[in-house]
Amino acid sequence: MVTALQLTDDRTTAVGTSGLPFTDFTDRADECAEDRAEVNAGEARGSFTLTDVSVAYGREVVIEGVDMYIPPRAVTALIGPSGCGKSTLLRCLNRMNDELGNVRVGGTITLDGQPIMGKTMDPVELRMRVGQVFQRPNPFPMSIYDNVAYGPRTQGIRRRDELDSLVEESLRGAALWEEVKKSLKKHAFELSGGQQQRLCIARALATKPEVVLMDEPASALDPISTQQIEDTVAVLKQSVTIVIVTHNMQQAARISDNTAFMLRESLESPAHLIEMGDTKRMFTHPEDSRTESYITGRFG
Amino acid sequence: MTMTAGRRRRARLSEVVAKAVLGAMALAVIGTALFALGYIVYNGIGAINWEFLTEVPKNRGREGGIYPVIVGTFYLVVGTAAITLPIGVLAGVHLSEYAPRSVATRSIRLAITNMAGVPSIVYGLFGLAAFVLLANFGRSLIAAALTLTCMTLPVVITATEEALRQIPQDLRQASAALGATKLRTIRKVVLPAAAPGIVTGSILGLARAAGETAPILFTGAVFQMRSVPDSPLSQFMALPYHIYAQVTSVPDWNRTLVWGTALVLVAGVSAVSVVAGVWRSRVRRRIKW
Repeated sequence: MVTALQLTDDRTTAVGTSGLPFTDFTDRADECAEDRAEVNAGEARGSFTLTDVSVAYGREVVIEGVDMYIPPRAVTALIGPSGCGKSTLLRCLNRMNDELGNVRVGGTITLDGQPIMGKTMDPVELRMRVGQVFQRPNPFPMSIYDNVAYGPRTQGIRRRDELDSLVEESLRGAALWEEVKKSLKKHAFELSGGQQQRLCIARALATKPEVVLMDEPASALDPISTQQIEDTVAVLKQSVTIVIVTHNMQQAARISDNTAFMLRESLESPAHLIEMGDTKRMFTHPEDSRTESYITGRFG
Repeated sequence: MTMTAGRRRRARLSEVVAKAVLGAMALAVIGTALFALGYIVYNGIGAINWEFLTEVPKNRGREGGIYPVIVGTFYLVVGTAAITLPIGVLAGVHLSEYAPRSVATRSIRLAITNMAGVPSIVYGLFGLAAFVLLANFGRSLIAAALTLTCMTLPVVITATEEALRQIPQDLRQASAALGATKLRTIRKVVLPAAAPGIVTGSILGLARAAGETAPILFTGAVFQMRSVPDSPLSQFMALPYHIYAQVTSVPDWNRTLVWGTALVLVAGVSAVSVVAGVWRSRVRRRIKW
């Protein structure tokens, strides 16, 4: 398995100091190009291919005909107005829709070529490879350490030194280590909202996933915490694939390499993927007029 | 919109009246409780001394202490808790986390709610028929504890279900997203988080059981024993039954000692509630959903 996190200290420090909310795109694009070069050269894992994916709640089809390629070790943003199925599509990727009961997912989704929806894929294994960070920080009511160690312990890891190093590595990955390294036994609820969300990122990283799904991870946070989360994402994408749902188009523009725009044009019809592509291109020269309207704020 | 002066005055007046009425009601409730408590303490405090707490009753309870009575109630409550808590908590977990939303589940929930409303003397009769006679435990601690279990179970089940419902769905999802099975999620995340609520509800139920006379009347409580019960099949003395028996069947009963017995019962139940309350608030202080 690819080691999800190999972050050095200087990278962690860089997180705290990098740019303002509107970093210019050229830098990012260069970074992307470098990442892709690495990807092509190396053994990068964590790419999704979606073919004709549809989702139905009971009888109501809410998403239809989505074809999508999510490249490894890059940030893919899902944008679109409320109710356009972004979060629902996101939950297909770790089969969290299974938990909801009456949801049916059609089509095929593969993770690095391996179909994830059939009986051949154990959802438990899938979720260790595909972590998730939720909209509101939702740490477990236990210590910081136990929160991060929860996933590895679920996998059966018991050895103290192994857990210790996983916890440290994950907290570094989420840029939280320096703030909490002296108080790992502290209750997670004593952290601020932004720290809690980074704890949740660390918790997701601790199972060494190839992909981390983020469902509007900063929407409940203040601007400074949002900034920290975005900086964390920028570093994380060097080692894991990130799929992020966001309402905030500036955020999508700032942090993502690729953007997918989804739209449900009426309540009677299901949502579709309207357009997907390189973020810079999507935000400067959208191909579809609906994308352009949404991006320029004419609806949604 | 602006109000006319008259409307404003009327609004202000009804506000004042509402405050007065609500305040008076609250005061009436608190006052009654304080008066009852104060009256018990005032009348019973004179009986409390070392001898009273450590000696057996003499002269049919007119003299001596209530040691076997205290121990009997203690055993009874511990026995009831030992049977009720596992069954009640597991049933509550099933209802909250596993049971499908069906007519059957709703009927069961309704039946449980109704069980909580059945008069305690009915449980006493049921216990006599089911545990004393049918199961052939005889009049004993175990028969009485099982009877009290029937009475307390609905409270524990409902408290558990209610406490589990308070736990945000977010936490269950976070656990599932980390690859945890449902059982692991419940054991490691949901139940620990719900523990304060479950404990509070259970203690309320057990406190009520500790003070009941009717369910133990036919199932094992006795008027006089020379020593404490030595097996689950022994008969036993119990605080509420001791009070009842003194007042109804001992001529010239000793008022101070009976009030003292009542004081011991109230103090014991309150002590447990206070300890649980302190523990709960320490745990809760950190938990804000």
